[in-house]
Amino acid sequence: MPSASEAQRLQKASPPETHIEVKDLTMAYGSFVVQQDLTFTIQRGDIFIIMGDSGCGKSTLLRHMVGLKQPAKGQVLYEGKDFWAADPVARKDFMRNFGMSYQGSAMWSSMTLAENIALPLQEYTDLSAADMREIAQLKLALVGLSGFEDYYPSEISGGMMKRAGLARAMALDPDILYFDEPSAGLDPISSRLLDDLILQLCDSLGTTVVIVTHELASIFAIGNNSVFLDAEKKTMTATGDPKQLRDESSDPKIHRFLTRGEA
Amino acid sequence: MTDDEYQLSFAAPAADKLQISLAGSWRVRHALPAAAQLDTELKKHPKVRQISFDSSAMTGWDSALLTFLLRITAIATQHKLKVDQSGLPEGVQRLLQLAAAVPERKGARRDTSKAPFLARIGNRASAAAGSTSEVLAFVGEAARSLGRLFRGKAQFRASDLVLTIQQTGSQALGIVALISFLVGVILAYIGAAQLATFGATMYVADLVGIGMARAMGAMMTGIIMAGRTGAAFAAQLGTMQVNEETDALETLGISSMDFLVLPRMLALILMMPLLCIYSDLFGILGGLFVSVTTFDVGIVEYLHRTQEAVHIRHFVLGVINAAVYGVLVAIAGCYQGIKCGRSSSAVGAAATSAVVSGILLIVIATAFLTVIYNVLGI
Repeated sequence: MPSASEAQRLQKASPPETHIEVKDLTMAYGSFVVQQDLTFTIQRGDIFIIMGDSGCGKSTLLRHMVGLKQPAKGQVLYEGKDFWAADPVARKDFMRNFGMSYQGSAMWSSMTLAENIALPLQEYTDLSAADMREIAQLKLALVGLSGFEDYYPSEISGGMMKRAGLARAMALDPDILYFDEPSAGLDPISSRLLDDLILQLCDSLGTTVVIVTHELASIFAIGNNSVFLDAEKKTMTATGDPKQLRDESSDPKIHRFLTRGEA
Repeated sequence: MTDDEYQLSFAAPAADKLQISLAGSWRVRHALPAAAQLDTELKKHPKVRQISFDSSAMTGWDSALLTFLLRITAIATQHKLKVDQSGLPEGVQRLLQLAAAVPERKGARRDTSKAPFLARIGNRASAAAGSTSEVLAFVGEAARSLGRLFRGKAQFRASDLVLTIQQTGSQALGIVALISFLVGVILAYIGAAQLATFGATMYVADLVGIGMARAMGAMMTGIIMAGRTGAAFAAQLGTMQVNEETDALETLGISSMDFLVLPRMLALILMMPLLCIYSDLFGILGGLFVSVTTFDVGIVEYLHRTQEAVHIRHFVLGVINAAVYGVLVAIAGCYQGIKCGRSSSAVGAAATSAVVSGILLIVIATAFLTVIYNVLGI
């Protein structure tokens, strides 16, 4: 796999600079606490994995980071600035730098792929329609979907939809890309290709990536930093390079998770 | 990251070479950088065979640079020039490779040209013929499903039926009462104004009573049900299509016709006549209210006049109409839901079509039924 060396090169290329910080975060639905005391940092250019057993609150954590759900307690800091303390207008400035790819791809079904990609551009830039179309073509070409500009999401396959979702997430050249289960529902080859694509794109653009996944292959192939959420303890039990966690963690649960319970 | 404007300059280090210098920030701002300048430069240096880049003074880049470079590459390919990318940042080179890695699939691009007028008419006509046979097949399936019900072989959950009866029946009482009362009021006002010229204000009771019982009660209920319940059926079944819930039933060997359509159809067929009688009552009350408050007719007089004018057969005809409307609205709603596409916009379209076709069918059926009653002399 080229990925380990890629990740190392990436670390060499950019000196560590804190990009995202989560401080003492508590997530709750009403009085039901999902996770508490979450504290970790993500460096610029990291490919950061949020992992943990099913139902531990991985996607919920992502929703707190991108601004879909307000924390019960604690902070999410971008370049040292508190996201949730900012007023709604300032928060929109933060969000301009986010790109998010959803588990079910969430392409707007009433729009063509090109229109899906153009909508963020319409919202945040004053480009002409022709320029937006050209950017949409570029983004689709980058994910290998040249020529599918005028297709509706319902007319393409699941794998293509995932890639189209990635193209839309990249529409505004965001600083941070969030992925919720990027390889869910893909065959191993497509999922590997998607991993490579994410890695290549982000490496070229210097994007910070946050991924929710429990695909071990992906975790080791592209992740260079991670947090592990424990559903029973309702808090994080480790953070760091997933390969290192697998080899060195003393927590039996993490070890079992990262070795599929085989070791 | 400085926010300076992008700068573009050309130089010809050798007769057959053209160097493009990129400086400043190449980020998406108001418009993408134009590449047309290259054309003019190429005219100035006709011997150029190769284009190279110098990006040493570039402070930042994003998609703006990439689209610019793709435009440059397109022009270069037109003039059969070589493009040397080595002067570009490594990330840019890799992205350009990535963008060119998967060539456009043959035949993928949509033909956006319009078909000729006659061809479009033909396409529409054959599509209409196709959907007519689909509707007929659906109606046939629904009839067979009813047959299975009477033979006790249809499979659905009684609780579904009860729930749908509740949704289509008791939960509609408020809106049916309100609208019927107001229709009664309207009929009475319009009628009384005309009848008053003949001194026959008393006959408002006939007008409202027969009007409601024979036609308006059933029709108003039908239209309310088309908007309320028909749309709900289409949206529910359509969403089940999107979530593959109907497929899950079919693979279990359960007919979605029996399991989903039948209880909805039954509920509407059972509830519509009851709602119709209820609507008749409120319509007559509306007429009574106007006559008593505005036209000085006594309550007892009005009720007596209504009793004399409205025969039981008027109610029966209204109830028959209502039952027919129930079938039509249920079929329109369920048909649109079952044949719904697999996207959220398809669900919206299904709900809209359910309402429109439901109301259309009600009006057409009324016309037919009226002619039939006329021929039969009832």
